Amino acid sequence: MLQYKDILAQIYSVSQEIARDKQEINETTDLVVDLGLDSMAVMELLAAIEDRFDISIPLNILPDVRTVKDLALQIQQLMVES
Amino acid sequence: MGIFDKFHSLAADQRALVDSGVNPFNVVIERLISATEAIVNGRRTILAGTNNYLGLTFDPQCIEAAKKAVQDQGTGTTGSRMANGTYVGHAALEREFADFFGYRSAIVFSTGYLANLGMLSVLAGQGDTILVDAHCHASIYDGCRMGSAEIIRFRHNNVIDLEKRLRRLGKKTANTMILVEGIYSMLGDRAPLADIVTLKQKYGAYLLVDEAHSLGVLGEHGRGLLEEAGVGNSMDFIIGTFSKSLGATGGFCVSNHPELDLIRYASRPYIFTASPAPPVIASTRTALKILETHPELRRRLWRNARHLYQGLDDMGFSLGPEISPIVAVRMPSIKQALVLWGNLLDRGVYVNLALPPATPDSASLIRCSVSAAHTQEQIDYICKAFSDLREGAIALDAQSTAVDSPLDVTPAF
Repeated sequence: MLQYKDILAQIYSVSQEIARDKQEINETTDLVVDLGLDSMAVMELLAAIEDRFDISIPLNILPDVRTVKDLALQIQQLMVES
Repeated sequence: MGIFDKFHSLAADQRALVDSGVNPFNVVIERLISATEAIVNGRRTILAGTNNYLGLTFDPQCIEAAKKAVQDQGTGTTGSRMANGTYVGHAALEREFADFFGYRSAIVFSTGYLANLGMLSVLAGQGDTILVDAHCHASIYDGCRMGSAEIIRFRHNNVIDLEKRLRRLGKKTANTMILVEGIYSMLGDRAPLADIVTLKQKYGAYLLVDEAHSLGVLGEHGRGLLEEAGVGNSMDFIIGTFSKSLGATGGFCVSNHPELDLIRYASRPYIFTASPAPPVIASTRTALKILETHPELRRRLWRNARHLYQGLDDMGFSLGPEISPIVAVRMPSIKQALVLWGNLLDRGVYVNLALPPATPDSASLIRCSVSAAHTQEQIDYICKAFSDLREGAIALDAQSTAVDSPLDVTPAF
């Protein structure tokens, strides 16, 4: 099973491809405020991550996701469940 | 600080629209001349963005039925379907919808939006999963949000992506419902419904199709994509609206599941609103009969659709992926879309403007919809207007914009 840090690495790599405001990404980076992702870009980011991890991310979790860390923890949880 | 602070960016976008002199969200229809013509800004205008696919809003039989219903039953029911708001006509229309599709039963809702809210808020329960096409209408997403199921989007019209997601669900597919539309409202493309039925059967999931834009438009009898695709008996739920080909306001759901009737007792959007007014029910009943028995309306509609699509395609516009009564023109920027939209209206052609985030892929769309009631001359006029205005709109620098930020209103998806 993938470790938390592997999930983080994947999120960094996908986010950097999609982000409009290029900058250093870490666990506390806010996907909307810091990376400038609008609602469509967030969807694009999620779709790319779903492909990489072979999971489906329910839209319901989105209100709880603000930072890269929030997203990584949700993905980890989803991978445990699947 | 105050409750209106959150509207600051919306207010700025709205100001920019007003300052640009073109506000597509503030059109007032001053007088209607027919199903395809009206007076707008004091000018005679062809209506090419009204979803009035069969042009039945001014059908003499429908008008007569509505007039009689107002005289006999009054202007409104003033009550819920669950209280005093079910008249003989409401019950009869439910029977007629069920018979029209050859299904067991139907429920009539007060609007198409409420049909999706009313059904999905109840069907998408705890422990269930919804697989929803990325291009589905806002009412489908809103209905899902009112329920407590897990909501998973799949890529638009992509059966490979859908199957991947069904596979990932494992045993949960028995509690999974797939949501698609017959014709998608923004780009006018159809769902690959036969393939989706195959997947639904293979994985034991449920399938709901919203035929809002395809009822009366597709199929020999106008039953929609399910009829055209030859999978008429395979739906778990069929949703539709009165407000497009049926020319009124209202919504319905049809199903073979006997549990459909239970929805009435649990669905807040069904219970806590007044039922459709008598003239609406009367005109819709008449329109449904006309829709079924007049295939020549569909032939005229498709002739007009081909005419407009081919005309705009020949001019080099970037259009939706297939010919349909919804002809969507992709513009390179919001500014160019706004300018073209405004110039079309000045020339006496009303179409819809659809901007991100209410559009797929953040596209800026000039969205036309044709009607069976359009004449060849009207379609020619629309084509000519596009042709004359094309260069001016395309020549605008996409970057030098007065309105260059997406209108950041609530996303449709």
